[in-house]
Order: sequence, then structure tokens, then C-alpha cells
Amino acid sequence: MTAILDIKNIDKHFDISGTILDQLRLDGGRITRKRTVVKAVNGVTLSVMPGETLSVVGESGCGKSTLARTVMGLYRPNRGEILYKGERIDNLSSSQMLPYRTKMQMVFQDPYASLNPRMTVRQILEEPVRLHNPSLNRDEVHDKVAEVMRRVGVDPVWSTNYPHEFSGGQRQRISIARALVVDPEFIVADEPIAALDVSIQAQILNLLMDAQEERGLTYLFISHDLSVVEHISSRVCVMYLGCVCELGPAAELFANPRHPYTQALLSAIPRLGGKAGGHTRLSGDVPTPINLPSGCVFHGRCPHAGKRCMTEAPAPRTMQSGVVVACHAVAEGRI
Amino acid sequence: MEPLIDIKNLRVDFALRSGTVRAVRDVSLSIGRGERLGIVGESGAGKSVLGFSIINLISKPGRITGGEIIFGGEDISRYSYEKMRHIRGNHISMIFQDPMMTLNPVLTIGTQMKETILAHMDVSDEEAEAICLDKLKKVYIPSPEKRLKQYPHEFSGGMRQRIVIAISLLTNPKLIIADEPTTALDVTIQAEIMSLLLELCENENMGLILITHDLAVVSEVTQRIAVLYAGKVVEIGPTDRIIGSPQHPYTRGLLRALPQMAEGKRRLNQIPGMMPSLLNMPKGCPFQPRCEVRLDRCLREIPVLTKAEGGAQVACFRCQGGDQ
Repeated sequence: MTAILDIKNIDKHFDISGTILDQLRLDGGRITRKRTVVKAVNGVTLSVMPGETLSVVGESGCGKSTLARTVMGLYRPNRGEILYKGERIDNLSSSQMLPYRTKMQMVFQDPYASLNPRMTVRQILEEPVRLHNPSLNRDEVHDKVAEVMRRVGVDPVWSTNYPHEFSGGQRQRISIARALVVDPEFIVADEPIAALDVSIQAQILNLLMDAQEERGLTYLFISHDLSVVEHISSRVCVMYLGCVCELGPAAELFANPRHPYTQALLSAIPRLGGKAGGHTRLSGDVPTPINLPSGCVFHGRCPHAGKRCMTEAPAPRTMQSGVVVACHAVAEGRI
Repeated sequence: MEPLIDIKNLRVDFALRSGTVRAVRDVSLSIGRGERLGIVGESGAGKSVLGFSIINLISKPGRITGGEIIFGGEDISRYSYEKMRHIRGNHISMIFQDPMMTLNPVLTIGTQMKETILAHMDVSDEEAEAICLDKLKKVYIPSPEKRLKQYPHEFSGGMRQRIVIAISLLTNPKLIIADEPTTALDVTIQAEIMSLLLELCENENMGLILITHDLAVVSEVTQRIAVLYAGKVVEIGPTDRIIGSPQHPYTRGLLRALPQMAEGKRRLNQIPGMMPSLLNMPKGCPFQPRCEVRLDRCLREIPVLTKAEGGAQVACFRCQGGDQ
């Protein structure tokens, strides 16, 4: 089966050094120019298969949202390629990108910020339909919007209302409707339920899963909520400091995490009826992505780090179970 | 045994232009010495207002309009500002959601900690510093002497929340109210903070009111849970009992909506609809419009908390044996 999306060795770095004056430093009596670069995504390679839900998890600052935005063409990668069904999309101009936008859509975290407060729901939903299907007449556009609204559980009689008149859950339904209204194949959902209450989260997750079943959608799902990810994903990718630590089928990865970071991350999930304090403790904090550690990015906090981990970055290795792990200790059989 | 704090029929109103919003509706709760109580509910359930009202931190136009909060034999809900300050500093502390908002960015950690000590205790500057160091060690801040001279921005999010906890411990309070203390933090940091809070409460025999929307977090730390819906306690009881066999349809719905409870099914159980606006409450039981096991009686009368199995109390006519 060919992948719907191929991410090949992507780097995304942000230069935050500011103007030339901000970059100048006095260093031992000499003026030097120093650039500060945030290395958000480093050498990520991933393939997303049609019809699956691939979730990217990790703590804040691990580069998961940057990866999502780079995939959507909202950022241009510094290195590497992104292929959609075998065609390269990372170097396209926005007009060349337009046909792909009907196929690839995005749902954002905060439905308060991602819906224009000055547009009615109808305007919000009609805009993408008109843009991508200029041949449709008014009634057809109208019908399409009404159908999608019904599908996501927002009564079309509310279509003349503005976003602020809806609750958070309803707004997220409208955001999902906006993505679905152009009949995409592939949806990037960046923390779509993080801003919602538990009972509403379940409604939105069910809606996303139903839409996937009906339309054969493929999801790239970005989340920090591990129990949600465990539930909805077919495969999971764990990121740390912009690098992929472990990637594999969700059931296998959750049952049998191999990478020390994955193990620590999963042990921290609060469990109903569990007791606090049973998690694997990591020493220190996540380093800044400005000065990446040499070798394995996790070595400073890893209980299994050896000499090799400090100098040589581990290459991803496919294990027998089908899980891909980037860890020297696993490769050497130490854990 | 006499409870540490006894809240009776507490009522908090917000007088808005569009009408009076009753955010806390006749809530009665008590918490024993060294007991850990969780208050769970969704946004708008009134859980934070309830927590804030205990130490009278509600800002205008909110006001306690009824009920009592008995602490140390006195009703503290009617205390003057000065008397309340004494309670807040010495006996009850509060931990807020966002540690960056709680700490003053232009003062060092040491200054902020000493400020609290000197306001409440008659000690010298050296003694105050010794107390600071002791508390920082308790929350596992490495090299506390150096850290005292640093500013909040020099700490990570998890470290900042540890500092906030250390500050709340300075006066050896009997009760800590923690309002969503880990919501802004990553899951690994959350695990650290929660195990720290649990350890401190157990070691110091300190009471804890943990306000959160996360049932899993609350189940790991507390001994009792109160479930709040639209300003009312709908179910309260021992943690195992609430998690293991919830009775109220709302509690059941909340638990079943969690992916952990899906038991292999793909679709999650969802509660239809949303919480009613406090300005426009439904007649009868506040949960009635969303309830799948509603009775005729639920449309007319408001159920009150009644004893149920396993030491719990439930406010639901269905749980009380139907439509008699």
C-alpha cells in the first residue's frame, strides 16, 4: 500500500536572533555575530497510510505542532521533503498548493481563535466551498453547507449566528465542519479536544471517528493526552526535542514501550483508581531546543545512557514487533 | 471527630446586569484533619468558585449570600478582611493553576518567600531564610541556596509549581486548596507534582482540597470525591466508591466518557447536550435535560443529597428508588 503522506527527513528551524544589532555580542574584546536558532523539528521521517489515524505525542515544545504545520505547508521545512501521494508539496507556491488544500485540511486546537468572530457560521463554511468549487451555484453551496452542519450535529437553523453564540464544543464542531466541507482525504488535527470538557471531548472524538468511517479519512492527530491517543490511533509516534523516539502500532507501543522516554511518558498517565507516585522519574527538565544535546537528544535524562549516547545520535531501528525505536540501549540489547 | 472545616448550605451569588447567577447552590461539605477531598466537575460547574469562597477570595460582583463555613469553631464566611488574612496565611493556603501568574516576575523567589513568612510570623531574617530553605528541600528543589536568589523566569514550569507549593507550606497550614494545580503542565510534570502533594499531605497530616476536571488525577490522590454539576454537589463519597460504582447518572456519564473506560469499544460513551447556563436553569433536577434515566418527578422537584450505599450521598430520584 502506498502512503498518503511521506515525510522525509524534515528539519524545521526558526531563527529567533532578531535584527543584526540583537545578534552582535562582545566576546573577549571582539565583536561577534551570533544567531540563535530554535531547532523545533530535526530529521523526522514518517509515512501516513490511507485510512489510518497516526498520532504524534510528546510534551510541550517537542515540535509536534510544528511538524503538523509544516506538513500543511504553513511552514516551509529547512531540509527534507514532504510528499502527498508521491508528489512533492513542500516547495510549492500557494497557488500550486491550492488543489492540495481540498484534499488536506486542518482542525486547530482553539475553536475560539480559529473561527473568524466577524463571520457567521454560514459565511465561515461557505467560503472554502466557493473557493474550491467555483462552478457550484448558490443553492448547491447552500445545500452542501447544510448537509455538513447536520452531519457534525449543528442544526443548520443556526447558520446565521456568529461563533461567540456557540459553546466550545459546538465551535469545535463548526471547525470540523469547515474542514469536512471541501471533502478532504486527509485531516491534520492539532490538539482538537485540548480546550474541551470531558463530556464534550467524547462527543468530538466520536464525531471525528464517525467521519473517518464514513468518508475513509486519514488523520494526523496531534495530542498530549495519551489516553485519548491510545484510544483513537492506529499508530503512534513519540517525539522528544524534535526527534522521533519511537513509532509503532498503538496497541503494541502502549503495551510494550521500548524507548526509555516512551516508558517514562506512559508511566506518567494518571489512571483511574491508581495512586500517584508510581511513575518513572526522569532527572532534570526538557532542555531548550536552542542548544540541542549532542548525540541522542534524550541522553541527559535517560537512566540507561552510555558513552555512545553522548556522541552518536541513534538511528531508527525496526524491531521484530514492527515498532521503530531510535535508542542505542535498545539496539545494543541493554534494555 | 470534629471536622477541620465544615461548609453548610453555602451559597455564592454573582449579581450581573443580566441577572443574578447562583454559582454555588446550597453546598454542604466537610473535610477532616489530614483528609484529601477532590472536587470534580466541568467548566462552569462552580468548583473554583466553591474553592475560592472557602477563603473568601471571590471577587466582585460575587458574594457569599448564605450558609456557613465553620473553621476552628467559628463561621469564617462572615470574617472581616483583616481576620480573613490571618486565616489565609496561617491556616489555609491556596495553590493556583498557573504558577507564572502566581509568582511575581520582578522579585526573587527568596524575597517572595520571606515576604510571606515575615507577614505571618515573628522571626528574624535569618530564621525566615532557614524556613525557606527547609521548605524548598521538602519540594525537592536542588541547590535551594542558589535558587532563592533567582527569579521565576529562571525556573521551568514544573519547578515554578514546586516553588508555589513551597510557599503554600511556609506557615504550616492545616489545609491546602489546590485549584487545577497541574492543568497547565505536561503529563510527566503532573505526575511529579501530584506525587509530591500526596507525599506532603501524608507526611504533614495536611488536608487537601483538590479542584480539577480530571477524574483520573483526582482518583490517584484523594480519599473522597465530590462531583459538582451546575453549582450543586450531585454525588459525594469515598474515592473507590465513586470511581468503582458511581450512582448519579452524571458521574456515570463522566466516567464512561473517558477513553480509559471504553473497554475495547471504539465509540466513546457521550453525555448528550451541555451544562445549562446558570442564568437559565431548567426546572427540577439541573441534570434532567441531559439525563437518560429521567423520571417525571425530576422535571418538577430538585433532588437533595441522600445517603446511598458505600458511605456515599447522591442527589438523584432514580437512585433513591424511583418515582414514589
